[in-house]
Formats: sequence, C-alpha cells, structure tokens
Amino acid sequence: MFKKKTVIPSGVDTTKDAKSNEKDQPWAELGLKQDEYQSIKEILSRRPTSSELAMYSVMWSEHCSYKSSKIYLRQFGQKVTEEMKKHLMVGMGENAGVVDVGEGLAVTFKVESHNHPSYIEPFQGAATGVGGIVRDILSMGARPVAVMDQLRFGDVNHPDTARVVHGVVDGISNYGNSLGLPNIGGETVFDARYQGNPLVNALAVGVLKHEDLKLAKATNPGDLVILFGARTGADGIGGVSVLASETFDDEGPSRRPAVQVGDPFAEKVLIEACMELYENDVIAGIQDLGGAGISCATSELAANGDRGMEIQLRNVLLRDESLTPEEILMSESQERMMAIVNKKNLKRFEEIMNKWEVEYSILGKVLSDEKLVIKWDDEEIVNVPPKTVAIDSPVYERPVEYPTWIDKLNADSTKDLPRATDPSEIASQIIEIASSPNQADKSWITSQYDRYVLGNTALSMPDDGGMVRVNEESGLGITMATDANGKYCQLDPYNGAKLALAEAYRNVAMTGAKPRAVTNCLNFGSPENPEVMWQFKRATEGLADACMEAGIPVTGGNVSFYNQTGDVAIYPTPVVGVMGVIDDVARRIPSGWQDTGHNIYLLGTTKDELDGSAWAEVIHGHLGGKPPEVDFQKEMELADLIHGANIQGMVASAHDVSEGGLAQALVESSLRFGNGARIWLGELMERDGLDLTAAMFSESQARAIVSVGREDDVKFVSLCEARGVPVVRIGVTDLESSALEIQNVADIDLLELKSAHVRTLPELFS
Amino acid sequence: MKIGVITYPGSLDDRDAQRAIKLAGGTPVPLWHASDDLKNIDAVVLPGGFSYGDYLRCGAIAAQAPATKEVIKKAEKGLPVLGICNGFQVLVEAHLLPGGLIRNEKQHFVCRDQRLRVENKNTRWTGMFEQNEEITIPLKNGEGGYIADEETLKYLEGEDLIAFRYLDVNPNGSMNEIAGLTNSAGNIVGLMPHPEHAVEPGFGPDTPVATRSGIDGLRFFQSVIGQVVG
Amino acid sequence: MPKIIVEIMPKQDLLDPQGKAVANALKRAGNDIETTRIGKRIELHYKNQPTEKDLEKAKELARDFLSNSVIEDVVAVFIEEEN
Repeated sequence: MFKKKTVIPSGVDTTKDAKSNEKDQPWAELGLKQDEYQSIKEILSRRPTSSELAMYSVMWSEHCSYKSSKIYLRQFGQKVTEEMKKHLMVGMGENAGVVDVGEGLAVTFKVESHNHPSYIEPFQGAATGVGGIVRDILSMGARPVAVMDQLRFGDVNHPDTARVVHGVVDGISNYGNSLGLPNIGGETVFDARYQGNPLVNALAVGVLKHEDLKLAKATNPGDLVILFGARTGADGIGGVSVLASETFDDEGPSRRPAVQVGDPFAEKVLIEACMELYENDVIAGIQDLGGAGISCATSELAANGDRGMEIQLRNVLLRDESLTPEEILMSESQERMMAIVNKKNLKRFEEIMNKWEVEYSILGKVLSDEKLVIKWDDEEIVNVPPKTVAIDSPVYERPVEYPTWIDKLNADSTKDLPRATDPSEIASQIIEIASSPNQADKSWITSQYDRYVLGNTALSMPDDGGMVRVNEESGLGITMATDANGKYCQLDPYNGAKLALAEAYRNVAMTGAKPRAVTNCLNFGSPENPEVMWQFKRATEGLADACMEAGIPVTGGNVSFYNQTGDVAIYPTPVVGVMGVIDDVARRIPSGWQDTGHNIYLLGTTKDELDGSAWAEVIHGHLGGKPPEVDFQKEMELADLIHGANIQGMVASAHDVSEGGLAQALVESSLRFGNGARIWLGELMERDGLDLTAAMFSESQARAIVSVGREDDVKFVSLCEARGVPVVRIGVTDLESSALEIQNVADIDLLELKSAHVRTLPELFS
Repeated sequence: MKIGVITYPGSLDDRDAQRAIKLAGGTPVPLWHASDDLKNIDAVVLPGGFSYGDYLRCGAIAAQAPATKEVIKKAEKGLPVLGICNGFQVLVEAHLLPGGLIRNEKQHFVCRDQRLRVENKNTRWTGMFEQNEEITIPLKNGEGGYIADEETLKYLEGEDLIAFRYLDVNPNGSMNEIAGLTNSAGNIVGLMPHPEHAVEPGFGPDTPVATRSGIDGLRFFQSVIGQVVG
Repeated sequence: MPKIIVEIMPKQDLLDPQGKAVANALKRAGNDIETTRIGKRIELHYKNQPTEKDLEKAKELARDFLSNSVIEDVVAVFIEEEN
C-alpha cells in the first residue's frame, strides 16, 4: 500500500511524450529500485510512460518476477534425471505443471499462496486465493477436479485469531463450494509465529486429455486477443494509484481498494465456458488474469510465443468508467481470462460466450514483431519488448547469513525434558496431545467444505491423502497430499524441507497410490534479511535434493516472501504437495480399521526422536534440538511395500506415523470409524531400545501402522522381511471393545477420546 | 426411461445426477435452462448447486427460467420431479412445494453424512424404500433451514407430505426436522440431502462395513424408473 | 441515475440467523442493542425519471420476484428523488 501522493501532470502519458520530455516519476513509490528504473530507461532508450512504468513495476515485483528466489528455484529444474522427467509434460515456468498419468490423461496441479490479502480481509483474501489457483489450472486446458488448502494461523488464544480463522474458512468454503470442486484435504496449524502473518495456501488439481493441453502463448500473427469473463474494476490496485493522473484530490478515485473481491458464480460459468472452448478447439492460447492483470497476461502471452501484440485499451469492458489506463493495466479484478483466437474461430467463440452469458471484448491482435503496443484511443501509451517485462526481469543474489541463534536452538534438545514414568501419566499425555489444537480433529473446518461434488472423491479428510478418480471407466485415480512442518524447518531448514516431502510422499503412498510429482509453496520472511535468505537457500537445496532422492520432479510452485512483522519472521514453511497415481481407486486404503481381529503392525524403525515433536510442544512448550532423520531410501522401501502388499489385497488400513508419533496414529486410526483395538508395546520397546515416551511419541520417519487380516499374516510379514522393512506386531483390532487398550498403559475409552479430539476447535471457534 | 437433468448456470451436481440416473438403469437427458424443450422426458431432476449464484435468494432466479416454467406446467400434470438441494429451493421458489429455505442456523455451510427417516414411501421417488426406513445420504448446504408458518406445518404433517426427516442431528435448524417434502399427488419430491452422492460403492457415505460404501440414494432413482416402467 | 428503491426484510416472526449473529456480536462488544434484523435494499436503475406506472410495476416485481412472501416482507417501494 502506498500512501504517499505524487502529483503527475494530467492527461495520458504517451510514448511520444516520453521521448520528448523528462519528468520525475514515482518509481520508488511503485517499489522499484533506482537501478531497476535506470535499466527500464536503458531498455526503452527513453523514460517509460506512466503506463509502462506501472507494468514494469508490478511485473518486476518480487511477487511476479521471483527476483530473489530465481537463482535457487533453478535447481528444481537442474537436479532431475531423465527418469524423473519421464511423465513430465509441462515443467516449471508455466501456469502449472502437467504430468502424464496414463490412459491418455494428464493431471495439472499447483499450490499458491494468498497470505497477505488473507490477513487484511480474510474472507475475500482466501476466497480469491482459491479462485486464482483454479484459474491457473483452467488455463492449462484442464477441468479443475479438486482443491485443498494449507492454513497457518496465530495462537488459538490470541484475540485476533478467530477473526482470521472464521474469515479464511468461510472464504474457502463459500468460493470452493460454489465452484463445485470437492475439497479433499489440507492442513491447519496454529502457532504464535503466524499471528500477524497467517498463511493461506490453496492447491488445485485439474485433469485433461493430452491433446487438450493449452499453453499461455501467442504464436500466430493476426490472431485476436480477447479478454473475457468479469468486467475490469478497481480491485487490488491500491499501489498503482500513485500513477493515476488528476485523481489526487479527495473526491477522486485515488483511494482504490487493495483487496480483490471474488464472484464464484462468475468463475463457475467461466470454467464451463472454457471447457466448451477446449472441446471445440476454438482457442490457440490462453492465460488467466491474476496478479498484474492485463499487464501480465499480454506480456506473457506475447513473450512466450516470441511475438508481439497490439492492444486497444479502450476496448476493455469496465465496471468503473473512471479507471485510468494505468489502473486498467494493473487491475487485479478476478474471474477474467485472456484468449488468443484465430479469426476463423471467432464466431464459435462468440457463440460459446453468449451461451454462458460471459462478457468479452476483442482487445487487439498478435503481431509478428516482438513488441507490445498498447493504445488509448489514438495515443500510444505502451511500446515495449514483451520479454523485457515478462521474462528478463532482474535477478538478485541476496546476501545470506548463517543465523546467529540457530546453534543455540539446535543445542537445546529435548533430552533433558522430564519424561512420564507412570502409565496413567502417559495416558493423559496421549489425550492431551490428541486434543491439542494442532493434533485435534479438524472437522469443524472440513465439514464446511463440500467433499462430494463431482462424485469422484475416493478419499478425503481425515484420511492421509485426498483421492479422486480421474477416469470413470477404468477407475484410474490420483492422490494429493500436502505437508509442511515449520518447527522442523526452524530447527533445520534443509532437513525440514526434506521432511515435508517425506511426509507428503508417505501420505500418498499410504492411500495405495504411487508418488509421481511435486508442487511447492515456499512461505518465508523477508528476503532482505540475510538469515531468512539462508533459510530459503537451505530449504530449496533440501527440497531439490529430496526430490532427486525420491525420484519425483517439482512441476511448479510459488514463493511467498515478506511473511514477517517487524523483525519476527514466520517459521520457514515450505509447503510440499505430492501427487500420486493409482490404477484403480477401488484399491484405495482407508486410514482406519473396520474389521475385527486384524493384526496391527508398525513398519519402520523407531528412534528416540522427540526434538520438534508435538510431545515437546504440547507437554513441555519446548522447541529446540534437531528434527528427526530423513532417509528417502527407507521412505521408498516403505512406500513400495505398501503398494505391493495392497495390490495383493493384504492391507485393510494404513496410516502414516508422523506428528504426535505412534500414539497419535493409533488414536486417529481408532477414531476414523470409531473402532477399538488392543495394543502392546513390549516387543517394539525391546527391539528398538525405547522407553515408553519414545515408543509412543517419537516422530521417527519412514513409519506407518497397517492392519492386516489374519489370513494374510504370514504372507505380509515375509513380504516385509523380503523387502527389508522392519515390522513388528503391536496389536489387534477389536470391534467388540469400545476402547483403545494399550497394555500396561491404559484403556482409553473411545467415546471420551473422541470427545476430547473433536471438541477442541468448536470450543475455540464456535 | 428418459430422465432429464436441468443445468442452470451455477448448477454443480448436474453431472452427478446424470451419473446416478445411469447407475439406476435410466437414460439421463441433459436439459439447458434457457430452453423450454424438455425433450419428451419421463421424469426430471433439478440438481444441486448455486443456480445463478443464488444471488437474489436461493433458487429464485432459476424458478423463472424457461426450462423451469415448462417443468412447472408438466409437474401439474403429473411429471415426476425431484429437486435436490438447490433444486428443492427452486421447487419452493416456484411454489410447487410450500415453505421456504433459509440460512443454516449455525451460519456455516455444512457437509456431513446425514441420517434420515423415510416418512412417506408413497411418492414416485420413494417407492422402493420401506416406510420409516432409516437411510444415510450426504448433505451439503449453506441455506437448508426449512421454515413455514404454523398452518403450513400443520397441513404438511396432517396430509403426510413430509417425505424425509433428519435423524440424530438437525443440521440446519429445519422446523420439525424436515429434510424433504412431497406434494399430495406424490410426483414432486424436494429434499436438501443429495441422493445422487450415495449411488456408487466407493464414492458414497461411510458405512460400518466399508469406507464410502453407502448407496441408499440409488433407490430414489430406481423408484421412479421402476414405477414408470412397471 | 433515477432509481426506485425496494426494501425487503425477513418476516418479523421468522428466525433471522444473520440478524441474530450480528446482535450477539454487538452485545458482546458492549452495545446496548437488543436485536438486529438484516434485510435487503434493491435499487432499480432507470434511464429516465420513473413514473407512477413504473412504480406500480416495481411493486409487482417486488412482490412476485424480488421477494419471497413465505419468508420475506416487502417493507417499502419508492422513487428515490435525485438530489
């Protein structure tokens, strides 16, 4: 938000003016640095017009240009093998990555942040976050089929937290439900570190036939440039108001809202209209309008096609006739798309628009030369090489510095914290953790989302991943899971990022799917703080290395910097989403047991790893030490084992062991369908050399609990042994019992446990 | 048996209703809101969603659509009509069923596996249920609170026009736990829960036997097909 | 732009969940307010100054389309004078 007023002479600033007269321009107010302004002048061999200045300033902003992160993001494209690229149809740099899932189908998916707007105006911020990511998916030629969201809020007891929680959840619920997209999962974490900087990351998934793939490219000179969807208004252009001429008196429209307002109905209609455009092969290229609006769409379409464009800005349909050219170029009004249409298809295009009552206007045409010309009536107000706006933005290698505080934090491990010796104390810790805000049941949130619409949801919250069928004939499906652990990353951003991938990978595998590709949303503090930049550098290195080790590529993502209030940055929070493929969703694995007398096995090795754990947080209010070790070889072995055993029909249920340890996994698997079990830990404790606290609450990786029918026992155990996955029987399901009976600890009544697990969020927020 | 499904701008569960009809053995016929050609259908479903954004009142604008007007005419002559969620709201706005639907008591959209009791099996869409059978059907709405004045409620109760009632939990504050209604001829049924989301094993509500295996909704569609064919 | 204004309120005797929620919030904030009710104001914009005939038509629209008499009352339909 720019409060400073700068007076610019009235009238439209043309390229002719820019050649003939110098003038002071508010580049600093628009967020440009002196040398950036200087290089714009060098590119153009003159000063920019105010419209050009607006375009460069917003396209070269951190948000649009990734100027601080680019040098690190490159490794996601470099640390890949040919094998990893095998299924990749479109990689990073497009609106969203596209991955082949077989049967002629492809899946596109991406997660994006809408953090700052969601703090200012939580309802609209979150709603338009969903709307924006869905348009990204739509612009690849795909039908959006599901959404998920990754949320971080402040302390549950802070007076402002409820405002943000209610607004964000209502916003996601209102927008996503109205679009008819099932919400199949996500995560919600509360921590004081996110108080003034909540994170609202939204993920969308879409499905397309290979031949329907669309790219944001204008390649054929003479093709029409058409803007369609909602009208353009003064949304999200608070900043650019400094450029609006003649509007700095009190009555003028200088107070433009920085918040965008969404209309899910308009977007739903836009989706259906686009589907019909794709089915009829009407368009040559398409781009959604998000950040930087028309500036971004025109320059990217032209730049990606190695072409140019001529636009008549007067043709833009406006909601507010008082908008200046600069504001029209910058407007972030929602539910708009830009299509490149060959003249021969115009009639069909118009028919489809009319059928869906979508407004459109032809703005101009594609030029063969690489120049972007924008006119305002007869005046030329922009004439720039499109690549200089969209692609060749500045790149910074910002200073990085090893944080002064991190050694001390790493040294402060949990080893000196008191541990319960009395079994009843362990039992009460199990309940305390299960009812803590971060481990408690999230259905107060997820029951506000439609998980049924489209009729293809095979798994959703609270299962480990969200699964949807993508081919109704064959049953082919995909699983999406997302994870991030800010506390682990605070302790060690390199391994923290790896751990985020490990957990998402494991969650996908637990549903019966095979992990195939990755998206990410990297939420950090200010890149101008060298310690934050060090966290970013380490986290991206960790994630890129982890992807190499896991053999699955990053297909795209998003960076959100400046999540910081004063000197206090959020925990580094790289949200990692993994997409997996399952041949037939009929083989999905639920996360809880429904059969009696099945054996419960713990897979993997448990170590005494309690640093950064839910146990440390909830029981001791402690964060320090080093996060659990991560080993992708073991994660892959575990995933392959589950996959293999599931194909043979041996896995009745599977649930990954992560935050809250084995105890929390047992609680969740029991409560999933309200069925009891008898558990014994002696053999595990003896084999892995653990005390009761470590056995119950350690967050060692590459572990899962599975339930297996007695008839498959021998087969299952020998499969584990053959594949080198440590296996130990820890109990048996018991539908007669109404308790989670943990031998030598306690019988925890399921109704009491459920009540403790479920009531936390309603008590806080209802 | 041809069963139409009207798509309004903003309809969301229209393709799901078509799938349900197919699974029940019928032939789904997509209908477009702007056309009054109902294509010789034998029955019609008004699907869930947010028709026209539900901006004036839920279902109010859809109630004026050419396709709806034609449905109203034919319904009066006995065409079986099933209004699901937004479709129920359309039926109420079109005065084919009495009362109104307002914002949920708790102000939130709610999505849950809802237990219902079938209160009237003598309709075109409930014939395959037992009287007072208890079923589980997904519910998902933001404005599903059923209201009517005392006289109307008395009439509905007296004439046995309450087709379904909520069990266990009243999810939206509906009067008399009303989840769905029928007209006195029994050809029109409207309800807030979504039977089309409990028709296919693997994609319905959870049951004690297996995850997402509930298919109680299938019999809505089988009922109308069975009766017309038989 | 010349306008006719239509004001619609939820029926007095019906639950107005929005109004109730707002009243509770106002009370929590220490305001001396018993209840609130939330209705709608709909503006019909005309090219020319609306006539009595336009007003009659607007009243009809208000009754038949803009409101639902089962749950709402039309409380006012009037021509807004331009100032």
